[in-house]
Amino acid sequence: MDRKLKESIAKATKALGNSLPVLTGIVLLIGLINTIIPKTIYSTLFSNNVLLDPIIGSGLGSILTGNPITSYVLGGEILLQGVSLIAVTAFIVSWVTVGFIQLPAEATLLGKKFAIARNILSFIFSIIVAIATVFIINII
Amino acid sequence: MSEQSYSGVYFLLSVIILYAIIGIFKTESLLPSLMFSFLIFKNVIPVLVLIFALMSAVNYYVSPESISKHIGKSSGYKKWVFAILGGIISTGPIYMWYPILKELKKQGVGYGFIATFIYNRAIKLPLLPIMLLYFSVKFIAVLTMVMIIASLIIGFIFEKIEDKL
Repeated sequence: MDRKLKESIAKATKALGNSLPVLTGIVLLIGLINTIIPKTIYSTLFSNNVLLDPIIGSGLGSILTGNPITSYVLGGEILLQGVSLIAVTAFIVSWVTVGFIQLPAEATLLGKKFAIARNILSFIFSIIVAIATVFIINII
Repeated sequence: MSEQSYSGVYFLLSVIILYAIIGIFKTESLLPSLMFSFLIFKNVIPVLVLIFALMSAVNYYVSPESISKHIGKSSGYKKWVFAILGGIISTGPIYMWYPILKELKKQGVGYGFIATFIYNRAIKLPLLPIMLLYFSVKFIAVLTMVMIIASLIIGFIFEKIEDKL
């Protein structure tokens, strides 16, 4: 096996390996929440409001961090629980585009104003992207 | 192990402790919770194997150096195309890319291109199998298109406010 291939496999192993504890924890947590928390909690948090749902989804996605795999599993599972697609879309988009945890590193290397402006814009756009995506899906 | 992966392990340990506490006070909830989680794992694990193969392939054919070389040398609309494609095919954690983007900035690449590149990192081709597990092809295709358009709008906004940053 050539060196480059070995390095590529090692890099993929590291990336997936790093995300496994969080993914396992999230899946176990979903199981627990599904069993002990009544389903009505989702209808309390998400009211199927076209504007409010993506804002809440984006807010949650911006706070939480980690490999996008986790956001797809978490987003997919709450979608199955009846949460609107618009909220789930905002959630998975903000998870990967807004990075409050990485903000200090981004600010140090790329500039404070740029990092803050980019994260704020990405937050706003996660809401716009969610609304636009679901709107287009509904008309095509 | 990186700081981020330690936090992942701590998170997993916290969930296990939570299970232990609930196991003491609400024993009847434990088995259904584990069964539900097992069903999710059963669906996700085969997809993770496929993702592993795709990630290895992308790592093999795409390097940060080759992407930054193309972005640095391109101009006009090509630069935007490279910012989009570079963002989509780039791998690894985002903080690994900050020094490379800083270097590109020094070479004269604007904040608009950098913002577009970072936004497109949200589109992860090797993770398509896991998305397909939960979302339709139509949803993924539309979301990808909308995100690419959004990345360009964000890029243009940054190009306009470049002097103020």
